[in-house]
Amino acid sequence: MVELKLQDYKAEKQPDWCPGCGDYGILSALQMALFELKKNPSQTVVFSGIGCSAKTPHYLNVYGVHTLHGRVLPVAQGAKLANPHLTVVAVGGDGDGLGIGAGHFVASGRRNVDMLYILYDNEVYGLTKGQAGPTLGLGEKTKSLPKPNPQGRINPLLLAFAAGYTWIARGYAYDVKGLKELIKEGITHKGLAFLHVLQPCPTYNDLHTKEWFALRLYKLQEEGYDPYVPEGLSPEELDQKMAKFQEKAAEWGERIPTGVFWKAEVPTFEERLKAYLPRYPEVYPALGQKEALDLEGLLKEFAL
Amino acid sequence: MEEFTWRVGGPQGGGIETAATLFARAVAKGGWWVATKREYHSNIMGRHSYLDVRLGRKPVGAFRDRVDFLVALDGETLARHLGEVRPGGVLLYDPKVLDLSVHKLPMLDHRVQEALAERFGKGDPSLKEILAAYAEAGVQPLPYPYEEVADRIGAELGVPSLQTRRTLNTIAVAASLHLLGFPLEPLLEALALQFRGKVLELNEKVAQAVYREEVPRLSLSLRLNGYEPGRVYLTGAQAAALGKLAGGLRFQTYYPISPATDESVYLEAHTNFQGADVAVVQTEDEIAAVTMAIGAALTGARAATATSGPGFSLMAEGMGFAGMIEAPLVVTLYQRGGPSTGLPTRTEQGDLLFAIRGGHGEYPRLVLASGDILDAFLDAQKALAWAWRYQTVVVHLLDKFLASMAQSLPKEALTPLPQNGEKRLAPREGFGPYERYAPAEDGISPFIPLGTPGGFYWMTSDEHDLEGHITEDPVLREYQMEKRMEKLRTARREIPLEDQYTLYRDGDVLVLGFGTVKGTLLEALDHLPGVGYLHLKLLWPFPEIGPLLEGKRLVTVEHNYSGQLADLVQQETLKKVHHRVVKYNGRPITLDEAVEALKAVLAGTAPERLVLRKGV
Repeated sequence: MVELKLQDYKAEKQPDWCPGCGDYGILSALQMALFELKKNPSQTVVFSGIGCSAKTPHYLNVYGVHTLHGRVLPVAQGAKLANPHLTVVAVGGDGDGLGIGAGHFVASGRRNVDMLYILYDNEVYGLTKGQAGPTLGLGEKTKSLPKPNPQGRINPLLLAFAAGYTWIARGYAYDVKGLKELIKEGITHKGLAFLHVLQPCPTYNDLHTKEWFALRLYKLQEEGYDPYVPEGLSPEELDQKMAKFQEKAAEWGERIPTGVFWKAEVPTFEERLKAYLPRYPEVYPALGQKEALDLEGLLKEFAL
Repeated sequence: MEEFTWRVGGPQGGGIETAATLFARAVAKGGWWVATKREYHSNIMGRHSYLDVRLGRKPVGAFRDRVDFLVALDGETLARHLGEVRPGGVLLYDPKVLDLSVHKLPMLDHRVQEALAERFGKGDPSLKEILAAYAEAGVQPLPYPYEEVADRIGAELGVPSLQTRRTLNTIAVAASLHLLGFPLEPLLEALALQFRGKVLELNEKVAQAVYREEVPRLSLSLRLNGYEPGRVYLTGAQAAALGKLAGGLRFQTYYPISPATDESVYLEAHTNFQGADVAVVQTEDEIAAVTMAIGAALTGARAATATSGPGFSLMAEGMGFAGMIEAPLVVTLYQRGGPSTGLPTRTEQGDLLFAIRGGHGEYPRLVLASGDILDAFLDAQKALAWAWRYQTVVVHLLDKFLASMAQSLPKEALTPLPQNGEKRLAPREGFGPYERYAPAEDGISPFIPLGTPGGFYWMTSDEHDLEGHITEDPVLREYQMEKRMEKLRTARREIPLEDQYTLYRDGDVLVLGFGTVKGTLLEALDHLPGVGYLHLKLLWPFPEIGPLLEGKRLVTVEHNYSGQLADLVQQETLKKVHHRVVKYNGRPITLDEAVEALKAVLAGTAPERLVLRKGV
């Protein structure tokens, strides 16, 4: 294949997001990450749910699958398991992933399929004109809400941790370079990586604006936080690691951390599949049926 | 005897399934064709369950109202099945249950208790009275103390009775066959199919010991029927799973639900066979099951999911997604009693119109229904072939009756069908977007699996343009809608008529059916001169059967309340269905019920709507 330029990863289709939307920053970071990792566009698939953020695949020159509201994770996992050679990135908003799709968010953590899930978090349902998202705090009132939010906020990092995601990070939509590095690391991570991206919605979220974030965000790694969880930690060491993670994941308000929070090596679902599919992943579903079915052998248990 | 039905009833989890399989295999080893139906509660253990094994000199596909031989392993069976043994039949029961009365049967539904109270004219009839009622009806009751026999055999063999008591099923089967004068040898062969090692040895000894006992001579007897090798005995769920394997299935998803789960578990257990390495994923719900299968299909893997009732409702949105992005997908739907949780372990054909119409908006889908075990095997392959030929959703309808029913059939009938007709784009050199939804007269644009080199494209659940980008343009909308829906016309044109329907016999009274009424109606024809039967396999797109119905008195027979097939036939052919024979109590229509209903039609005494109500 010819050497691709960054421009080659950008689709002709122009984004129709609002001016100043955080989605632009995430899209740029994703394009740059795929370019820098020299990902083959024909072997790369970006999946999305439904919502503003879910239009992302249309602006990338790789295979793009814009699925249903809340269902991006199962579709993406199905494709990755059927063809483990694909590089798979799933994207979607906070409502998509933690509202309607919360069940899949949790169940995916149990599997640890080798892919990256990027959650665009602007705390509102933008495409339907600004209703409260599952990450908007209790009592908070963004400008299009008629009343303060009566429902509490999910902490995506703690939920991802409880569910079993093996790489957990947070980025910021306007820190494109930092975000690009996180995306690269998330794609490279072996297992299910979760990247929580904080993102202002200039149209509907007047609480957590670019200015609000600028005063609060800091980088964990600049303060010496080590997310790596080596194998063979003693229970006490693991407890300490988890306590530190929880402290940082829960930090919200005056200071908000970004960076990598957790990085563990856990067998992927693909590796676990090998237990009953001995030839997987060498023989994977997308290859089709390469040898005749041993129907005779299968029928033996039914013989009379 | 030309035919014979043996029934075993007892508490769930008590091994009565093993007993029925053993009996079926033993008589099959003696040359009989067999079919077994299974009735059970949504319960792990303790609630009442029973199985019928019907034997015939020809392949069996229907079951009777009344059985010839009932093995009651507990008191509840005695109470529940009163009236279910034909006069001249035999009841084998454990005399120790005679101390019980109806109120001491905690799992017996109040409705049954009350019915028995009314029948016997007292609040709490004893099982002694019930036993006497069997005898009055001409049934021969035979006391058989299963546990005592087990203990006695244990003592005789020098084996702890704790061990021989684990062989009560073998004892019950051996006693039945011995009483019927059936030779021991086929039973020993059947045991060898069922057990291994020390367990086999013990069961063999127990069977031999039962056969050494003196038993009364019965008026009923069962002879050998000339064993022929090359037959197999399997359930509908197993046949459908095998069909999927033969059809090249590579990826299956499921969420546990009765009665669909058996199929996925079978697949999971057999991945070590050559050509059977299917990735089976148990998902968090049926929404994930259908969408994960779609994701797999997009890579070119033959993918399917299997579900029942509520699970299928949850899949409606995902199926529309597959229709929209033109993903090949097979959904195997094991219907059960609905609505809502309904009757989880009982049969129904109540999802027909939902399978055809369910979901928002319109997209092309194919719906086919299997009538018996062989159909389940062949249709599973057709479903996969059609999904890939037409790049859309194929719903394969089965039901609980077929899922758990087992039949013996000639092994050579289970042959793989060709899997061709798939249109795939040849990869090209270069770099740029593919036109996935390129114009095609038959509506079928070449499929491009994710990962195809030389380019990429987009897919979206939104309406889209040729490359798969979102559009709300009216002209593109019309183009895409028409291209997708054209696939239905193509399918109806291409699918051979014998895969659409079979006119088994023509007649002035023409019965129409789909799915698992097939075996019952085919045997009913033997008793109904002048009655024809048209069996529908393809339900959508609906076959052009109008000319076949011209001038006939039309009758539909189906397992649902409203007569969904009748509605469909009327809608699609503009022909009036004169009689709707329906059943919705969760129990399959028996041969006797079908014959009686159709005789009423012939006699002109049948109402427009005839409800069948038999079953325990």
